[in-house]
Amino acid sequence: MNGAPIAVAMSGGVDSSTVAAMLVRRGERVVGLTMQLWNQRRFPELSSAGATGRCCSLDDVYDARRVAEQIGIPYYVVNFERQFEQRVIAPFVSEYLAGRTPIPCTLCNNFIKFDQFLEMADSVGARHIATGHYARIAWHAASGRYQLRKAVDETKDQTYFLFGLTQAQLARSLFPLGEMRKSDVRQLAREMDLTVADKDESFEICFVPNGDYAAFMDAYLRDKGVAAARTAGQIVTTDGRTLGEHDGVHHFTVGQRKGLGVATGEPLYVIATNPQSQQVTVGRNEDLLRAGLIAREVNWVSVAGLPAPARAAVKIRNKHAAASATLYPTADPGRVEVHFDAPQRAVTPGQAAVFYDGSLVLGGGWIE
Amino acid sequence: MQHFYFDHNATTPVSAPALEAAAACMGQVYGNASSIHHFGQAAKQRLEAARRQVASLAGCPPREIVFTSGGTEADNLALLGVVRNAARAPRHVITTALEHPAVLGSCAQLEREGAAVTYVPVGADGIVDPEEIRRALRPDTVLISVMHANNELGTVQPIAEIAAIAREAGAYMHTDGVQALGKIPVDVSALGMDLYSLSGHKIYAPKGIGALYVRPGTRLGAITYGGHHERERRAGTENVPGAAALGCAAERAGADLAEESARLAGLRDRLENAILERIPHTGVNGHRAARTPNTTNIHFDGLEGEALVIALDLRGFAVSSGAACSSGAVHPSHVLTAIGLTADRARASIRFSLGRSNTVEQVDALVEALVASVAHLRKLSPVTV
Repeated sequence: MNGAPIAVAMSGGVDSSTVAAMLVRRGERVVGLTMQLWNQRRFPELSSAGATGRCCSLDDVYDARRVAEQIGIPYYVVNFERQFEQRVIAPFVSEYLAGRTPIPCTLCNNFIKFDQFLEMADSVGARHIATGHYARIAWHAASGRYQLRKAVDETKDQTYFLFGLTQAQLARSLFPLGEMRKSDVRQLAREMDLTVADKDESFEICFVPNGDYAAFMDAYLRDKGVAAARTAGQIVTTDGRTLGEHDGVHHFTVGQRKGLGVATGEPLYVIATNPQSQQVTVGRNEDLLRAGLIAREVNWVSVAGLPAPARAAVKIRNKHAAASATLYPTADPGRVEVHFDAPQRAVTPGQAAVFYDGSLVLGGGWIE
Repeated sequence: MQHFYFDHNATTPVSAPALEAAAACMGQVYGNASSIHHFGQAAKQRLEAARRQVASLAGCPPREIVFTSGGTEADNLALLGVVRNAARAPRHVITTALEHPAVLGSCAQLEREGAAVTYVPVGADGIVDPEEIRRALRPDTVLISVMHANNELGTVQPIAEIAAIAREAGAYMHTDGVQALGKIPVDVSALGMDLYSLSGHKIYAPKGIGALYVRPGTRLGAITYGGHHERERRAGTENVPGAAALGCAAERAGADLAEESARLAGLRDRLENAILERIPHTGVNGHRAARTPNTTNIHFDGLEGEALVIALDLRGFAVSSGAACSSGAVHPSHVLTAIGLTADRARASIRFSLGRSNTVEQVDALVEALVASVAHLRKLSPVTV
């Protein structure tokens, strides 16, 4: 590393703390940085006692600072609240209002962690950044590209959220945990006596307390002085019957079964939401099946592009078991048609479709 | 790596004599200053000796000094203690856009309690125009609170003129003097103050001790309850070690004032001139003459101040962007925006505040670190100004 320091993005959790400690152990010069992304106190009405979803809480900063002290590295909290609101929160809210189900983590990776944070790394003289992501990056000489692969620990793999990374970003990123199992990471953290070795993990979207998106959006729109748009509408069936009323399409996501507020004999699922007519269409599980999708704003990661139709395994949600499919190029290189071998349930606009060849991430795009 | 400290407006190291005074008190003079016995009397004597030392630096009789836990508590006591006790209602307060959060926060609380507050704007030089204060007067104005020296810019406010306006209008005059005491001469009687806040840790005493000057006859109610301490003005067992250290630091500050402020002004000007000469797209924020001798606030256009603070820290130089209290906040410094800086320029600004430990060699080394850091950061994001 030519003696240049490595900037580690420290969230205060066990993963990034272990990364920082491993690098120090390896003899690297390390600068610890915590990104302050969101002020939880901004919407106090959302943070009930015992609330989960705790992005950038004072406790996390405390933990990260404690680890930095333990391993003896310079440590700073850098404030990206402005950029986070602009590039992540605002698009998240407008996507939901447009009837899609966005993934803020990918936006955060694309525009904050591997963009703003890289700039901050530059300013402390760091050539590389390291994060606690579970994924692997390797240089592939034959194609002259950095390739992204799933983590060895597939249950922890985060490549679904990393499909937007460019070659320039991959070239400067280190994911030291990609080769490790989570249990080994914890074990190593314990061996190194890190105070966060047994800290709980967070699973939900960091800035949304208790996973209640609708309440978050209501609070955000109120804060922005945007009168909650007239969002009430009707719940209708695929064959056109009206079952009841709802108070906003942003309370619903495709595939959702619970909380529809209508009682019928058979289980009902959300099939589609329409922000224009404010209609929520519900139907049977089979109505959710789709033979394919169109991915837009496709980013190619491990390969340069899609010159001809190709076979791939396609993931349409983070927890989706990738489905076999054929990718078809379109006239627009940013758009790819995906034809599944077998129809897939709940293809959700706004989520990502990520294309894999085995463990290799070919690329991905947003579901139209 | 050696680290050098250029952030004395945030806090100062405790001087050796102040440290010794505090330690001696903790070990030996441990009585409760309110106790009748020998131990209590010894503590009371130490407390009153400290009060005389502080009063001497502030230019008032000792009995007019009330010890507090620091500048923030002194400001809270002054504002809440006066306004809550004012007979007239509705009650009106005049303050400025430049004040420390301790004053602004107290004003916000008074507004929640039903008082009206006028925030007088300031000019680009960071100095309040007394005529603006006069224009803001209302028949029900009970208190005017204007700081002596601004923590971020160092600019010195015309508080004597403003105090005269307050007197004429029958309103009380409070000044947050935390950043002025020990840096410029302060004589609360000559300035016409009714209330004047000061803090220990800005003048080489420890954190956790401060004081409020209260002119006799000022109707000041308590804001803490539970004892008759400090003439019923501040309940709570007296912090004798803190007061002893503050007294000791005050004495030293008074003795050194002329010589040390001339020395610091020389170093500050050396730093400032070198920056303006050697680094393009820089400028001084606020008035360059009417300010404390140790402070300069400079914008480095096109940079993020936060990144520069970190880059300098990694080279061993401690400075600050905005005030230390507001670092990490999303909004650019309210002081810098109040003097008309754009949000970008406010975020590109750095405060250098010098103190006793700084030398010519340190200043020259800081200039070299600045030249290198700014060049590096500007290479990453070229200036478009």
